[in-house]
Amino acid sequence: MRHLIPEFEKLKERLPKGLDSTLVLPCLRRIQEDRGYIADEDIDGLVEYLDVPRIQIEEVLTFYSMLRRKPIGRFHLQVCHNVSCTMRGAERMIDSLSRRLGVQPGQTTPDGRFTLSRVECLGSCGTAPVVMVNERYHELQSEESLEQLVAELERS
Amino acid sequence: MTGRKVIMNFEVTPTSHTLESYLARGGYKTLEKVLKELKPEDVTNEIVACGVQGRGGAAFPAGRKWQVVNPHDGQPHFLIANADEGEPGTFKDRWVLEHTPHTLLESMLIAAYALAARNTFVYIRGEFDQPYRRLAAAVEEAYAAGFFGENILGSGFSCDVYVFRGAGAYVCGEASSLLASIEGTRGYPRNRPPRLTVKGLYQYPTVVNNVETLSNLAWVMAHGAEEYRKIGTKTSPGTRLISISGHVRRPGVYEVEMGYSWAKFLHEDCGGILYERGLKAVIPGGISSQILTARDAKVLTAYDVESLTLDHDALWNVGSSLGSGGMIVIAEGTCMVSLLRVMLRFYHHESCGQCTPCREGMGWAHRILDRICAGQGRPEDIDRLVHISKFNDGTTICGLGDAAGYATVAIIDHFRDEFEYFIENKRSKYDGRLECLPGGAHG
Repeated sequence: MRHLIPEFEKLKERLPKGLDSTLVLPCLRRIQEDRGYIADEDIDGLVEYLDVPRIQIEEVLTFYSMLRRKPIGRFHLQVCHNVSCTMRGAERMIDSLSRRLGVQPGQTTPDGRFTLSRVECLGSCGTAPVVMVNERYHELQSEESLEQLVAELERS
Repeated sequence: MTGRKVIMNFEVTPTSHTLESYLARGGYKTLEKVLKELKPEDVTNEIVACGVQGRGGAAFPAGRKWQVVNPHDGQPHFLIANADEGEPGTFKDRWVLEHTPHTLLESMLIAAYALAARNTFVYIRGEFDQPYRRLAAAVEEAYAAGFFGENILGSGFSCDVYVFRGAGAYVCGEASSLLASIEGTRGYPRNRPPRLTVKGLYQYPTVVNNVETLSNLAWVMAHGAEEYRKIGTKTSPGTRLISISGHVRRPGVYEVEMGYSWAKFLHEDCGGILYERGLKAVIPGGISSQILTARDAKVLTAYDVESLTLDHDALWNVGSSLGSGGMIVIAEGTCMVSLLRVMLRFYHHESCGQCTPCREGMGWAHRILDRICAGQGRPEDIDRLVHISKFNDGTTICGLGDAAGYATVAIIDHFRDEFEYFIENKRSKYDGRLECLPGGAHG
């Protein structure tokens, strides 16, 4: 994480002075963006940089569902299975992705390319069903559009 | 048309979210007027007078929240825009962030001036991509134009804003939990008192307002509280952004004047129910608000849900609420047991684990629903679910468990026969699906 410290320093400019604990989540998010997950050495580095107790970082990491301690597939397919998406076919989407990729939700394909996950409401109920691929929302999905999406990702 | 508009009062184009477009619509003129002509307390008085209620779900008058903060007490104060939009069925704040982020930013500057807040935050939910990118770009535009930073427009007032991204926790939409998250810890809610307006972020007075609530303020300060009061009803002034989804033909975000007819909204503006189905039920304001059935004889006076109007009193009178404005329409033939299962799975997943009744109760209720749906329900399960729900009420720090309980009890009250049927016959009274497909009865 040390190479990111200049970026973290820049974030401080618009934050209240002297309250650096505010940076815990922004730093963890940025580290994960950079490495794909949070490694032990990142925690060591952050404890030193922010001068916060190690347990605080560990607690945060086990609390927030978007933060992870292990690498996952190159493409993370997260399918919302909350009320509105289910009302518009989310379970069918999950089944078809599961068949297409040959993995169950929560698993990664053996080639490390895809991870399939079920997630709770993504705030895209009006354009349900929604599938998030890494950072991007793909709205109004159907089995056909997902087939196309997976095929495109396989080629990339 | 759904009545007069306060927020969605411009044409959405590929560039309507930019500063240039916002300035062309008269944007940031109100900020200039406020900074040059008004004292902080003048702004607060105007917001109190306009009567705008919180749009996050609780409908607490925004002005009364602000009045607790004394802008001259010499302490640091904080203002937070709550954009942690996570209540299932709700996606209206997202509309503001994507299409008119400067309305929020201008309103936040006005609020920060009234509250003497040097530092402000927008706490945006971690998953949002486009809303985050649009908002972050708007913040850079506003800084470059001198609307944020030191000595704004030569007024002597200085203010910074930081867009803080969450990391996937529903409970962080609760204000005290949100502050814990900004402080870099687990998002655990905390007991009140002290109120957040007395001891909030880092123990300093803090106002947390919903994005939509704040986004009304630039309009209010431009046109005056009196004009604002002319919109909506006497007890629910203004408009509501309603995000409608589920079995409805034209889902989306609509700005609806308070007091607007529900039937007109559903059948004309939103195009009615999918595939010409009948209406079975409506969840009016996010899944934590109590479900209403099409024809309801459970409350004192029997009513037709479609005879209701869209304002706080109308919904409170029938035992529900407009909540977060996340309306979910449910067509005839939908399995309510499966619906409750999805809801309880959500609450179980999102319970933060701090209070025993919620941590254990949500898991217990979820497991019961899983069992019923697997055909292994027991007759006593229904009363057990009601018991768990009621036991939770008032025994926890935040409202997550309470709301889950109210929602559970409302569904069981209205559709007890479906639960009995499922347990007795080991299958749904319908096809067990929530999806509504064209043709015959649900698939």
